[in-house]
Amino acid sequence: MELALSPDQKLFRTSARGLLEEEHSLDRVREMKDGEPRWSRDWWRRGAELGWAAALVPEELGGGSVSGEGVRDLALLAEELGADVAPGPLLPVNVVLAGLVEAHGQGPDHTAEIEALAAGESIATWAVYGPGREWSPSEPDVTATPVDGGFVLDGAKDRVQDADQADLLLITAATPDGVAQFLIPAETDGVSIAPQWTVDLSRSFSEVRFDGVRVGAGTLVGEPGTEPGAGRVIERQLQIAAVIQCAEVTAVLDRAFGMTLQWTFDRHSFGRPLASYQALKHRLADMRTSLEACHATTQAAAAAVQADGPDAARSVSVAKSFVGQRSLPMLQECVQLHGGLGVTWEHDLHLFLRRAVLDRAVYGTPRDHRLRLADLASL
Amino acid sequence: MTIESIESFRGRARTWLAGNMPRTAGQGPAPIVEDDSHEWQWARELQKKLYAGGFAGICFPKEYGGLGLTPAHQQAFNEESEGYEMPLLLNSPTFSICAPTLLDMGTEEQKRERIGAAIRGEEIMCQFLSEPGGGSDLAGVRTRADRDGDHFVLSGAKIWSTSAYAADWGLCLARTDWDVPKHHGLTMFLVSTRAPGVTINRIRMVNGNREFCEEFFDDVRLPASAVVGEVGDGWRVASQQLYHERSAMGGGSPYTSGRGQPAIMPGATPVEVAAALGRTDDPRVRELLGEYLALNEVAEQTSARVTRAIEAGVLPPTAASMLRLLTAEASHLRHDLAVEIAGANVATGVGNDEGIQGRAAIGFLMRQAASLGGGSDEMSRNVVGERVLGMPREHAPDRGVPFKQVRNGR
Repeated sequence: MELALSPDQKLFRTSARGLLEEEHSLDRVREMKDGEPRWSRDWWRRGAELGWAAALVPEELGGGSVSGEGVRDLALLAEELGADVAPGPLLPVNVVLAGLVEAHGQGPDHTAEIEALAAGESIATWAVYGPGREWSPSEPDVTATPVDGGFVLDGAKDRVQDADQADLLLITAATPDGVAQFLIPAETDGVSIAPQWTVDLSRSFSEVRFDGVRVGAGTLVGEPGTEPGAGRVIERQLQIAAVIQCAEVTAVLDRAFGMTLQWTFDRHSFGRPLASYQALKHRLADMRTSLEACHATTQAAAAAVQADGPDAARSVSVAKSFVGQRSLPMLQECVQLHGGLGVTWEHDLHLFLRRAVLDRAVYGTPRDHRLRLADLASL
Repeated sequence: MTIESIESFRGRARTWLAGNMPRTAGQGPAPIVEDDSHEWQWARELQKKLYAGGFAGICFPKEYGGLGLTPAHQQAFNEESEGYEMPLLLNSPTFSICAPTLLDMGTEEQKRERIGAAIRGEEIMCQFLSEPGGGSDLAGVRTRADRDGDHFVLSGAKIWSTSAYAADWGLCLARTDWDVPKHHGLTMFLVSTRAPGVTINRIRMVNGNREFCEEFFDDVRLPASAVVGEVGDGWRVASQQLYHERSAMGGGSPYTSGRGQPAIMPGATPVEVAAALGRTDDPRVRELLGEYLALNEVAEQTSARVTRAIEAGVLPPTAASMLRLLTAEASHLRHDLAVEIAGANVATGVGNDEGIQGRAAIGFLMRQAASLGGGSDEMSRNVVGERVLGMPREHAPDRGVPFKQVRNGR
């Protein structure tokens, strides 16, 4: 978390917490049934009224951020929602908005879609992963073939978050001119969406197929090609996704650590609190150090993406690889210190662990981001 | 009184540096030599140049020979000094630890004479804190200073004093009262390294480094004016030294002049090893390099964050121990990955030369130094657990007990 918040940022956070508590609790997440919608559109629209989809959007396109630094506000919000492993399309909607805003002014105009998304009236998500593939956005296997004034999309994507509730799909596809992105209605003929199992109880993912889907040239986002075209836009989308993930996982770690520390004070064995055992104190000290480091690197990544300078890509990969690597061992350590309770359905720790497993895996594993760091350092 | 603007100071510094200070040679690692006295002599000469040019002791008060300027002036000077030879050897402990402690707690005479002489490049200082029997228990000092009329008589042994062999004066923590609990009976003394009865030996480390020393004090007579602070208040002075030491190690000391560390430790980074052995195209190696780069950067980011948090009062000063742990971890990873990437070549050199891979191996032999120097990892974990997280203190049989009753060895 940021060390100091402005009054506006505090209000932004408090209002988010209020709406979250109204609708969602960890117990509700625990009881979610397969196939049940994870969140309601009405709830998301009310979140949008509080600014949940506006932070990355300039005021002239219907957005605005409380501090004037939208990426940092978004990270703050992701922490607040992440601490409760909240459902909702915070990540997909903001990632798509990041892409649309980045591409604004190049290629077809998407002002209307940006405004509807920022207002919470519309939901969008990013279809980027080829089925079963590792992170490789620059080599999409969905093809977009040019035909008289438009394109035909063929292929499939998976791990598409909230596609079952989305109005719009942002599809990363291969054209003869290089990688391109298309923003199309989810209901377009030839698009089929099927649910996909996920470990995270409060998220929903889908597989999406494109069978000869005809789209107009106006669905293009920005221009095809890696540099500066779609490649730059995709990089921005990745950066926003990673900042949101790091912020929510760090919040999860913060909460799990707090629970575990308290537990070591409350739980007595052999007539003394667990907290009095030096072997355990040392483990808690290491966890506390890792936690501080997760906060530091997440905050640095948010600041670098906000500034949008040449070091943003590196900062994001530093944070995503580090938080991804640390989160799982730290949470398992929390489980260990809780004893058998820690692996029961009734305990909250597995809800945190599920989110951390998911966020470590998608938008680049630690390995992917380490390789990117080596590339970025021109080694 | 108005002080010179930072930009004006920076401009003067730039001009003066260009006209007076030698440019640094290439960035090759310095070989370890048995006799490095010429390096210390050179550092003194560089410091004399700074003093003659009016750029020495930037943040020290004018009455003690400094310029009385702000950390921002020092920062501007440090930036301008990049690319020039600077007396980096004098930064720690002389300027960043000993002189600030004297400034905080020394007598008027000590401040005027010792700080002034250091700024003029005439004297170097060191710390006599740790003891052979002490280890992590720094306050368990057994070096004694007994009153004899208006003098004290110092006897005992110290160890792990950095560059004491090159120093003129040392801050020595000694026990003056054995009838009170251990933190209460201590007094800090300013001791001349050339006083009769002082013996200093250099210690050879596994990497060949001979920066650390051990000292023996055989009935060294000290005048009452050698006391720093009050008699019996030595722990407070030592705590102030430790505070300045942590600031200096965290890169936050305003008394450090110039950038970087004196090149005294051999070693090789994973990146250097991969480049030297032509392994940068191997994806497995690239992944390790990414891991190394990431943890390095995270350690820096965390250092910046925790330093700010301590300044803002969001975290207690003891939270700096987390940085100590993270820095050690980053150092371990650097050595481990250098060895890993060097692969089958790590144990042998290039002909008679150790080569980059050999430097990796030598660096690895000293791997644990990062977890030992400035307090062990175990002590840092206790501090984080007890002082940051508020977990119960370890049982200590020496707490609240007259020190003469505390058990020592078996």
